[in-house]
Amino acid sequence: MSLSPGNTAWPANAGQAVGSEDIASDAGGVLLSIARLVKRFGAVEALSGVDLEVPAGQVTALIGDNGAGKSTLIKTVSGIWEPDAGQIRWAGEPVRIRSPKDASALGIATVYQDLALCDNLDIVQNMFLGREYTEYRLLDETKMEREAKATLSDLSVTTVRSIRQAVGSLSGGQRQAVAVARAVMQNARLVIMDEPTAALGVAQTAMVLELIRTLRSRGIAVLLISHNLNDVFAVADRLAVLYLGRIAAAGPVSEFDTQSAVYAITTGTRRESSAEHSETA
Amino acid sequence: MASTSRPARPTTDEPSGRGSEPPLSTVSDEAALRLSPEVAAESLRDYLRAWLLRIRNGDSGMLPVLGGLILIVIIFQSQKSVFLSAANLTNLLVQGATFMLLGMAEVFVLLLGEIDLSIGYVGAVGAVVTVATAAPPGNHPWWIAILAGLVVTSAIGLLQGALVTRLRVPSFVVTLAGLLGWEGMLVFLANREGGKNGGGTLRITNTILNDLVNGNLSVAAGWIALIVAVAGFAVFHLIRDRQRRAHGLVAPPPALTAIRILIVAAAGFALVAVCNTNRGVLASHPLRGVPWVVLIIIGTFGAWTLLLGRTRFGRYVYAIGGNAEAARRAGINLNRIRLAAFTLTGLTAGLAGIIEASRLGSISSDVDGGQLVLYAVAAAVIGGTSLFGGRGKMLHAVVGGLVIATIYNGMGLIGLSASSQYMVTALVLLAAATVDALARRSVTRS
Repeated sequence: MSLSPGNTAWPANAGQAVGSEDIASDAGGVLLSIARLVKRFGAVEALSGVDLEVPAGQVTALIGDNGAGKSTLIKTVSGIWEPDAGQIRWAGEPVRIRSPKDASALGIATVYQDLALCDNLDIVQNMFLGREYTEYRLLDETKMEREAKATLSDLSVTTVRSIRQAVGSLSGGQRQAVAVARAVMQNARLVIMDEPTAALGVAQTAMVLELIRTLRSRGIAVLLISHNLNDVFAVADRLAVLYLGRIAAAGPVSEFDTQSAVYAITTGTRRESSAEHSETA
Repeated sequence: MASTSRPARPTTDEPSGRGSEPPLSTVSDEAALRLSPEVAAESLRDYLRAWLLRIRNGDSGMLPVLGGLILIVIIFQSQKSVFLSAANLTNLLVQGATFMLLGMAEVFVLLLGEIDLSIGYVGAVGAVVTVATAAPPGNHPWWIAILAGLVVTSAIGLLQGALVTRLRVPSFVVTLAGLLGWEGMLVFLANREGGKNGGGTLRITNTILNDLVNGNLSVAAGWIALIVAVAGFAVFHLIRDRQRRAHGLVAPPPALTAIRILIVAAAGFALVAVCNTNRGVLASHPLRGVPWVVLIIIGTFGAWTLLLGRTRFGRYVYAIGGNAEAARRAGINLNRIRLAAFTLTGLTAGLAGIIEASRLGSISSDVDGGQLVLYAVAAAVIGGTSLFGGRGKMLHAVVGGLVIATIYNGMGLIGLSASSQYMVTALVLLAAATVDALARRSVTRS
């Protein structure tokens, strides 16, 4: 096995930056870099020194058991909660993300599990909600519809029959696509997706995974939170395992297989990968 | 999924199944069902097909209401031939004005998923302010009087909205308190302004305030107003369709737009023709022309429809009613929109109160604001506005108000007692809500 110590942060030495040399060699460079991030809720420490690097233009999967701190971590990055300690760097610059507005100003868009769409509004109305174009104080529907159409076709979302149909009438995968398109239209450079395939069937899941690949091909970084290891191995470039508020293991997806990932999720320690003699991934 | 987390909320567009994607090129029946015919059809035939399909599957829109209205009209006409006379139809419109305006006031808050139970008495308080301002000793001009009344009711709406948004007291409770409190204010003001011999009644002394309902346009002016309104409607739709086509977007088939314009023109023609027929009782005093109040209703309806459908404010009202959390995450200031909606409810209620006073020629402490507000909610719901927020239109309040006015007027003509009038109105409301609920259930089941 050829694991360099720099690729792995054990719970014991979580203060160390994870995989920085490895990422620095990639073309895009590090987009988001989190160091020693701590978040407490009263006596409970949800994040106790998380180190994570998200490279530009790649899909990073964040996995971990329930209660590992995945939601807390992404909510901290998207400005819902302020961290108690630690540092966040965006494209190399130290930043403070105090509100969702700060996050979206940087180019971080978060697609939550509940998607935050209005079922009674149509696709265009949802995509432009809060950022409508107006002309003489009246909504410029033509301009919005044109841009929405262009964004959706850019993301290769072709299954919706009309972009004027109510979002409540869409399938789960289509709703996910609308939420992502909404994020992309805000010029996001990093799209955080929280369990995007959790409620979807096989065909719908394939569609969402394809959407993630499309985002990557457009140079947009994706931070994917998922319980489903099949999905993770299907699209992710890098893997980070969160265990009890710390990063237990991180590295390129080629260093993991399903068994070693499950081992890291459940024990918080990294085992010698069996990638060479296993086809499960 | 949002739909499963809010099982109590009925949504018309509930998909029949989420497992499969509709194919891109062909419109299957299932896919057509998910769309409103507007967006799916590119020819008139497509449109009719999609429309019929939706009706068969229970999503009938305003059809049951209009069908019910025609049924009621047939029943009353068979009982009393004077029902469809020009004089009575004009009278019916005037009687319905208050219901329609109060219904429109209620739509703003219903769309947010809130309710305002106070608008009956708030409107009456506004009417007292207006009538008293125009009366001696002040004798202020009519427009100052109306402005004063509307400012007061808007302020009341703002105050109640502030209690709902800032203190997070449910609107049901705040406006229930308003229902009681503003009745007290009405009695106090009416007794003070009505004077010793007034007995809590203020007569309208200003001719223009009186003419808001009782005055008529001249016959020629009625026709000119019709031509202007229909031309405006036609030009708006034709320009919009052309713009959409020019930008490569789907526009309704031209035949459909033409049919729409024709329907509006025909309805307008019937309205003006009926109002322009002589309805005077004495041959020596002909009485004809479109009552001013009809223009006031059309103007209010047009303005509020534009506000809800074509401005950011309107879009945010629907968004908050549909999913307040999504609206909040989109950066919308929920409290500001809610405050504005409650204020607009107060404003429209004030207008309704002034119109009611003009119709009666006076305003008194006897106004039954409790019954008026229930009629207002009923009007909006009969028309198709949801009590759960996010779904509804100003048109619903107008059609619903018309239904209630028809019942009210027809039963009065037949000479039924007040007790049976209440009971029949209750049955109509229940029937409207039931048809709606059954239709939705059949959609979700299929």
